[in-house]
Amino acid sequence: MNQIPEIIRTVPLEYYLFFSTALFAIGVIGVLTRRNAIIIFMCVELMLNAVNVLLTALASYRGDATGQVFVFFIMAVAAAEVCVGLAIIVMIYRNIRSTDVQLLNRLKW
Amino acid sequence: MQEIVMPFNNQAMALLCLLIPLLPLIGFIVNGLGNRKLAKGMVSLIGCGTVLASFLISVYLFVDFTANGSRAYTVDFYNWISVGDMQIGFSFLIDQLTLLMMLMVTGIGFLIHLYSAGYMSHDENFGKFFAFINLFMFSMLLLVMGSNYVMMFVGWEGVGLCSYLLIGFWNKNTNYNNAAKKAFVMNRIGDLGFLLGIFLIFITFGSVSYPQVFAEAARYTGGIDSTVMIAITLLLFVGAMGKSAQIPLFTWLPDAMAGPTPVSALIHAATMVTAGIYMVLRSNVLYVLAPTTMEVIAIVGIATALLAATIGLAQNDIKKVLAYSTVSQLGYMFLALGVMAFDSSIFHVLTHAFFKALLFLGAGSVIHAMSNEQDIRYMGGLRKYLPITFLTFLIGTLAIAGIPPFAGFFSKDELLAHVWEHNKLMWGLGLLTSFMTSFYMFRLVFLTFFGTFRGTEAQKSHLHESPISMTLPLIVLAILSTIGGFLGIPAVFGENMHLLQNYLAPIYGYAQVANAAAVAPLHIEHSTEWMLMGISVAVAVVAIILAYVMYVSKKQVPAAEGTKLSPIHNLIYNKYYIDELYNAIIVRPIMWLSSIFHKVFDVVIVDGVVNGVGKFVVQSSRTLRFAQSGAIGFYILIMVVSIALILFLNFFIG
Repeated sequence: MNQIPEIIRTVPLEYYLFFSTALFAIGVIGVLTRRNAIIIFMCVELMLNAVNVLLTALASYRGDATGQVFVFFIMAVAAAEVCVGLAIIVMIYRNIRSTDVQLLNRLKW
Repeated sequence: MQEIVMPFNNQAMALLCLLIPLLPLIGFIVNGLGNRKLAKGMVSLIGCGTVLASFLISVYLFVDFTANGSRAYTVDFYNWISVGDMQIGFSFLIDQLTLLMMLMVTGIGFLIHLYSAGYMSHDENFGKFFAFINLFMFSMLLLVMGSNYVMMFVGWEGVGLCSYLLIGFWNKNTNYNNAAKKAFVMNRIGDLGFLLGIFLIFITFGSVSYPQVFAEAARYTGGIDSTVMIAITLLLFVGAMGKSAQIPLFTWLPDAMAGPTPVSALIHAATMVTAGIYMVLRSNVLYVLAPTTMEVIAIVGIATALLAATIGLAQNDIKKVLAYSTVSQLGYMFLALGVMAFDSSIFHVLTHAFFKALLFLGAGSVIHAMSNEQDIRYMGGLRKYLPITFLTFLIGTLAIAGIPPFAGFFSKDELLAHVWEHNKLMWGLGLLTSFMTSFYMFRLVFLTFFGTFRGTEAQKSHLHESPISMTLPLIVLAILSTIGGFLGIPAVFGENMHLLQNYLAPIYGYAQVANAAAVAPLHIEHSTEWMLMGISVAVAVVAIILAYVMYVSKKQVPAAEGTKLSPIHNLIYNKYYIDELYNAIIVRPIMWLSSIFHKVFDVVIVDGVVNGVGKFVVQSSRTLRFAQSGAIGFYILIMVVSIALILFLNFFIG
């Protein structure tokens, strides 16, 4: 069982940091710029996974399994969230025949 | 130098001591909650029964106390207030003075409860009335039994509250409510002085418990008439002024007659108003250390006695006359305290409680028979219709006028003898007061019970003697007013006959140590005493004859409302315009100031701030709501920017 952390540690920690920051930034930009709800949703998933990568890497470098446990939690919650979120998007599509979030601006003031 | 005897702890008596105030409290709770639900018979049974039980326990305590060598003791219950060094226990001090007051309060209290059962029988709030007077009994007992000033203060406030509730008992009448408020506010002024006095006692002696304070005071090294002693005693006396209706805080007492008559008898004549005297007497060691205060008390006392007596001469309301007479007699008691005649003062408290309760209850009986008519101009000739009331009322009047062998004679004579030794001018004024007292009391008797009936036909047909529950207390009190004086037989009739003096001697133990000269017994020449006695009796008799000639032989009746009176008569009829004066110099400026505060401070500043906050929130929200545009991208952007900002601040600034 000790092998997996060791394999992770073959890559320097900085690489993980840069990689996940980049991944997270891509996610954020995607959420901010895209109008299609499904794409926004995927970008959110990207951000979650950026965090997952970081947690895994740091956990193995620190020799502490807590971070990896968190990853499982995040994955489980993300799966549930996708389930609900996609269902909502399907309902929205059925109603307005589109998944453009800009059109959903009736809930204001 | 005399040894200081500290009271010992006697927990064996704890239950009995606790029951004495507790029983009336239980009566209060039961009657108060069951006001409309309990039958009237049940209410009076509970009301009177609890007080009777308290009285019997008090008697038992008294017997036990005397049998065990008359040693003062304390009973501790629990530590009530404990802050830093200050320890205030909930405990009772039982000594000669406490027992005397307990017997007086519960004994007379019981008689008046019994009387109320008859007097108030037609009142719809019968239960409420009994609840309130039971609460009064509880507070008064707490006041006299407590073993520290804080407990006395609690009782002091409690009786003030009950006084307020009972003056305004018929609360549908605005005038009565105003009288209640007046009593409450005036008492509060006095209470402030009392409270400051307690604080000063605590600062000076480091305790508020009687045994500790008095022992400290007895060893006090600041000398006689030190500033702090004068301050303490004067502040305490301000409290006594309020409660015991002395100049300048006496105007509430005559107005307090708005309450039901038994209340006037119990609270505003026999017990509560003597709380001030009890307090001074309890603190006698402090007072003997401040002769200057004593002089002030004597002057206030005689001034009050004289002023109230002159007003009493021209009043036409049967209860008002008695009220002014009460104020005047209280002035007498303070005069006695002022000349350090402590025994005479408490003796007069005791005899006054008997005869003034009797007079008020008699007046109540008359008012009951007259269908609530209180004006003596419409009475007359009631002797035939109310024989028992007449006879007992006459005994009370003879007692207050100081005719031997009735109770008032002994106490008043002893009191005046002390004043004679102290200051001849004060004695002269005291004698003048005594003359006026005798005159207006007999004026009252002659106008009420002699001559012909001056009321309406309807009233005449309704005239009747009161029921047994009302006449029985009258008879008992009449007997007490007759024989009560023999508790203090003056030395001219034999040495060591003064039972009260012998009995009360131990309570001056501390004062003996502090200032022995002040409490030395009075040694007056027998010939002088005979002379003083003779003069005061002669003066009283002359006053009676004068009243008889004016109101029986010449059949004078006080002028009706609206007739023009001579200037002096007008002045005293209108009570020296003291109420109007207070209104002009105190009440109106305060009202004016309050309205300024209301308009400026309350409306502009307080309301302005409160409404301003509301308006600000409404206005800013009105602008800010446009930020909720419905564009999800914008929300997310704001969110990301905010998170970035928070992280930035966290890393680079925090």
